[in-house]
Amino acid sequence: MATIVPDQRGRYGRYGGKYVPETAMYALEELEQSLNEAMADEQFMKNYHDELKKYSGRPTPITHAENLSKRLGGAQIYLKREDLNHTGAHKLNNAIGQALLAVRMGKEKIVAETGAGQHGVAAATVAARFGLECKVFMGEEDIRRQELNVFRMKLLGAEVVPVSSGSKTLKDATNEAIRYWVANVEDTFYLIGSVVGPHPYPKMVRDFQRVIGDESREQMEALPDQVIACVGGGSNAMGMFYPFLNDDVRLIGVEAAGKGIHTGEHAATLSEGRLGVIHGSITYLLQNETGQIQEPHSISAGLDYPGIGPEHAYLNETGRVTYTGITDTEALDALKVLSEEEGIIPAIESAHALAEALKQAPNMNGNEVILVCLSGRGDKDVHTIMEHLGGEGNE
Amino acid sequence: MCIRLWNILGVKVMNKRFEKHVNGRNDLFIPFVVAGDPTEETTIQLALMLQEEGANAIELGIPYSDPLADGPVIQRASLRALEHGMSLEKAMGLVKKMREKGLEIPVVIFTYYNLLLQLGEEHFFALVRENDIDGLLVPDLPFEESEEWRESCNSNEIAFISLVAPTTSEKRLQAISKEATGFLYCVSSLGVTGTRTDFHSSVFTFLDRVKKHSMIPVAVGFGVSAPEQVEKLKEHCDGVIVGSAIIRQVEDQVEVLKKEASQKEGIDQIRSYVRNLISPYGKVKIHS
Repeated sequence: MATIVPDQRGRYGRYGGKYVPETAMYALEELEQSLNEAMADEQFMKNYHDELKKYSGRPTPITHAENLSKRLGGAQIYLKREDLNHTGAHKLNNAIGQALLAVRMGKEKIVAETGAGQHGVAAATVAARFGLECKVFMGEEDIRRQELNVFRMKLLGAEVVPVSSGSKTLKDATNEAIRYWVANVEDTFYLIGSVVGPHPYPKMVRDFQRVIGDESREQMEALPDQVIACVGGGSNAMGMFYPFLNDDVRLIGVEAAGKGIHTGEHAATLSEGRLGVIHGSITYLLQNETGQIQEPHSISAGLDYPGIGPEHAYLNETGRVTYTGITDTEALDALKVLSEEEGIIPAIESAHALAEALKQAPNMNGNEVILVCLSGRGDKDVHTIMEHLGGEGNE
Repeated sequence: MCIRLWNILGVKVMNKRFEKHVNGRNDLFIPFVVAGDPTEETTIQLALMLQEEGANAIELGIPYSDPLADGPVIQRASLRALEHGMSLEKAMGLVKKMREKGLEIPVVIFTYYNLLLQLGEEHFFALVRENDIDGLLVPDLPFEESEEWRESCNSNEIAFISLVAPTTSEKRLQAISKEATGFLYCVSSLGVTGTRTDFHSSVFTFLDRVKKHSMIPVAVGFGVSAPEQVEKLKEHCDGVIVGSAIIRQVEDQVEVLKKEASQKEGIDQIRSYVRNLISPYGKVKIHS
């Protein structure tokens, strides 16, 4: 790319930055310095890649979805199987990287926020692995929606802290995690789950997730024509897209259109949001006229976020990545199709990316290739899927 | 003497009300109230009462859905105010009403950056002029991100209140205090706003350090809630900022304050709390 982002101030064009209270500045400076040192340290990077391989089971395979491709009668669909990563989603890649950094910095405790619970589980997992104490902040509403993951976190030895402020979901859990971190920065590391937050978080998470795209490039026989990934905060998409940015590959990010953009109940930040500040970063944001942050809606807790990573806002503005929306219903349909055709139950989040591939493939040639980031497995969602597919007469 | 020198040099344009009520003093009482909590009229009456009790400036908090620097007390106050649609623009309009009823001390708008960004710079300063506002404090706009707003506050002759924390490095402290106007806001401890039972003794060392650098009054906030604290802090800085402790009083009186008939009673309850809290300053009431 022509310009290197982020710049020294943590800016991706006009997005990003550090919009945090003065009390957090020291913590961010300390983090940035330690991160730069760690990334330049071969031994640190070797440990990180060793953990990915021997603990998390990487590289994850790429599966040719032959039945699905045949059924659609167009492009060949390939799936990057992050669902086969340890703990069932791409989230662990980043959690391993940050936990190793926490240990390197001499921190004894980590805090994390979680929406769907996948990042919370990843944080609890690495805390157990590396001997760290772990607190996971989770909105009360999400605790109700994701009771299985709540139990998993507790089983892993983490403390799940219910968040009852604001709308009781991911954005509020993130606020609480930041508040806690700033007050306890001496011994606590904030392990953020997506490419959001103040600099250097979006960059750090991207760099710990780029393994998805790096592996994919090596594994594919030739460059795919399209790469599709879902975007909430946007960490799996950023990790997948980043290594392809300089290639002649069409990149598509899929936001959650919820019940439909026109209903106002969605999480389509880039198409419906405006420039704003959330969790320390200037980016696109779902908000009302006066600037109060609005609660998004998506069937998938992992995409239910009113902001978006600043680098996505930048890639949208430069036009390098195309962003589109998929509704709850389209995602559920795609989930059903993949389950039936390939024997893979995807996470509802990942089903959004898949649904976009289902739209694109029939319009493409049989020798063209779409690579979909299957960011996680659907086991955690079975409850929600049952509510929506199993009991159609219930609602 | 430093302050005079500052003015002679003409580096910073001073705001008239800050000059009269804040500059050069070492007994500053700067209360924080949330605009519209629980009603607009309460906020106006609170401001007038606080002036009577010796407040030197008022921080008018704008309610926000995601107040990152605030603890539960101010979060709840924000929700109460948002319930009936308080906004940055409406809150600024309240200041005009306060002025009409005799408020003379400076008013600082305390707002998270997103609200300011949506209102826009031009609109904000038009409202500043229209409503006689004297300062701006944006808790999530640290030094590195605030240059533009600092400059426009200077050219509009209002103070841009800067914050420093115990973790602020010597180098940053120098840079921040060099640019600071109005008063320098020292955050007593890390974390969010809210009452604390006691301060760590390191807060005094911190305040002494800030005093050395600052050419404007140094006030301390976050956790000030008891006269004993005010007494101890007196020797190390020029004043206290009191937020959550007052808001908690408002919360306790919320139903009383909402009703027109009992509002005065509620305000007077808070008055006695405030009077006791800042008694170590031995302030003479300017109105009765």
